[in-house]
Amino acid sequence: MLVEAWLYLLGHPAQFAKALGVHVSLSLSALALASLIAVPAGLHFAHRRAGALAAINVANIGRTLPSLAVLALAMPLLGTGFLPSLVALTLIALPPVLINTIVGVREIDPDVIDAARGMGMSGRDVLRRIELPLAVPVIFAGLRTGAVQVVSGAVLATFIGGGGLGDFITAGIAMMALPLMLVGAIPVTLLSIGADALFGALQRQLTPRGLQ
Amino acid sequence: MSWFARNWEQVAVALYEHVLIALTALAIAAAISLVLGVWAARRPRVFAATLAVTGALYTIPTLAFLALLIPVVGLGKANVIIAMVAFSLVIMTRNVATGIRDVPGDMVEAAKGMGMSARQLLARVELPLALPVIIAGLRIAAVTVISVTTVGAYVNAGGLGTLIFDGIATDNPPNIWAGALTACALAVVADLALARLEDVLRRRRRA
Amino acid sequence: MIGLKGLTKRFADEARPAVDALTLEVAEGETCVLIGPSGCGKTTTMRMVNRMIEPDAGSIEVAGRDVTHVDPIELRRSIGYVIQQIGLFPHMTIGENIATVPRLLGWDAERIAKRVDELLELVAMDPGGYRNRFPRELSGGQRQRVGVARALAADPPVMLMDEPFGAIDPITRARLQQEFLRIQERLRKTVVFVTHDIDEAIRMGDRIAILRAGRLVQYDTPEAILARPAEAFVEEFVGVDRVLKRLSLLMAGAYAAPDGGTLSAHTISASATLRDALTQLLVKDAEALTVTDDAGQRIGTLSLQRIRQAIRVQSPHSPA
Repeated sequence: MLVEAWLYLLGHPAQFAKALGVHVSLSLSALALASLIAVPAGLHFAHRRAGALAAINVANIGRTLPSLAVLALAMPLLGTGFLPSLVALTLIALPPVLINTIVGVREIDPDVIDAARGMGMSGRDVLRRIELPLAVPVIFAGLRTGAVQVVSGAVLATFIGGGGLGDFITAGIAMMALPLMLVGAIPVTLLSIGADALFGALQRQLTPRGLQ
Repeated sequence: MSWFARNWEQVAVALYEHVLIALTALAIAAAISLVLGVWAARRPRVFAATLAVTGALYTIPTLAFLALLIPVVGLGKANVIIAMVAFSLVIMTRNVATGIRDVPGDMVEAAKGMGMSARQLLARVELPLALPVIIAGLRIAAVTVISVTTVGAYVNAGGLGTLIFDGIATDNPPNIWAGALTACALAVVADLALARLEDVLRRRRRA
Repeated sequence: MIGLKGLTKRFADEARPAVDALTLEVAEGETCVLIGPSGCGKTTTMRMVNRMIEPDAGSIEVAGRDVTHVDPIELRRSIGYVIQQIGLFPHMTIGENIATVPRLLGWDAERIAKRVDELLELVAMDPGGYRNRFPRELSGGQRQRVGVARALAADPPVMLMDEPFGAIDPITRARLQQEFLRIQERLRKTVVFVTHDIDEAIRMGDRIAILRAGRLVQYDTPEAILARPAEAFVEEFVGVDRVLKRLSLLMAGAYAAPDGGTLSAHTISASATLRDALTQLLVKDAEALTVTDDAGQRIGTLSLQRIRQAIRVQSPHSPA
């Protein structure tokens, strides 16, 4: 069956490439958008105690929502296709990145911050030279979680016409053609594992030497 | 909303199916993970291997996992339950093992010194103290399981996902709302309830 | 150099002010120790000097200018700041930590590098060996030295130190105190030093400010506070052994009677304290000690009588 799947892939390279391309671009875009929103927001909330707790609570609720439900809810509101899928996936990626950004900053030893301020660093200096470098490992752990969620969620985008590798899986199930299913299932699993490994490596690379 | 009034039975049935599947999977996973977790807690190498497997299995996308199971178990509830047991097992075993390992060494020493057997130690000291961490794992597993069950409708397992898929197929938004929002509500309620339980247990442990 | 006038701070949820109309002056090159029981306002006062806490009333003058109206960030770059837990930046090397304020001030790289090495030498740490290490590789005592070096980096005229040696073991603490005194002798910074340890205060301070419940109770030299405590509270605070503490401030060489007098087999160095001398007299069960200089030459004789006189001379209203 694996052989059949491989043969199918070789026989339909363009189709596969397109699905793969859509899947990757959906995932990357969603993660990028989520980061653009969640990291600055997280840095903002991290400095306000009440705001931080509220933000974390809301994000925690967001985290529990079934991905399929989020994608499905996008359909009546935004229709089908790439855009609704992108919006839904961005929402799915937001919670882990937001929570980790807030926690990463708040976890920093308050004495370090006190010393930094006492020495005459401005708020921006403290953020740039102290808080961000020290929070980076935790933020990247959040990005890692978000990446896996998004790659996994993008599989479900097939249900709202978003394309991606999920198309092969659903087609395969519908036609009971198992090789076709594998053409979708195996590459996307590899993609997910790869994303996890990639962000894990990035996290290690970006951790300041003094903290390792 | 009038749709809801007319079709609430359908929603109720779907919800019931959903909860049933989820609870079955969780119960099986909990039972197995308790045994495995206790076993892994005592053996550092097994523990390390468990952590590694946890990380790997958890990254497999849900639908892909269900699809990969079809050649093995076909469609239907069994498929979804196996997938969910697999995911939950992986999380809960790790949490059981971690929870037991995190029990302060001096408490274990004291208990042994009082003459407790290994089984008594486990039942009266280690498991109760590990409970908050175990519940934390149960919480993540529950949310995962509810999510997987939602997708599981696609492989004929039933549950709230059927409402969602029907709604998409017939372009009937109220159907989608009913399925999706109920699934979300279920997940949030389960998470909050278990979070509360975890909180209570942590506070009791400290006292 | 530093002038506090009517300085007051009241925190929202508290009944009385944390600092209540505090007025005192610290002369240039002097070390002023703020000491008192928990909650007396010593740390709050110190933190108002560099505006980490904003005063509610009163004024603070540093080097002639009223700092309550200048840019706090600029102010802090001109004041050295050392806290108990130090707060070294874990992700930066020792060298980068020390270079923090010079970099904020825009010094060029060469000047900074030179200064870092200079400061490491000053705190007795080999520059080559420590410059590129990370804080987690250092012991508590070493970290505290780096903390002091970091505070001195931009050569600020004023230093604020909040229990800087509090988190260290007693042996290392004594060493660090000694070293800081040595550094102070060279650099003559104006220092505000907070501590809860009266022995440390006596050792480190040119003048000691005793605070209670936000108010200044006595502000004087260590000798004066030991000899003439202003009220019962101060007496209690400095401890019942204040006479012995006073003796530890007086040198044997200064009180040796140079006359022929009774020769004693037991000797003591001129740089030892009268407290050490008293201990020796008790231990050796002697009546007098021969005081010698560094070369071992006899300077004079120190008797128990002489020690008694020393105490009385210091205090016209004789103590207990």
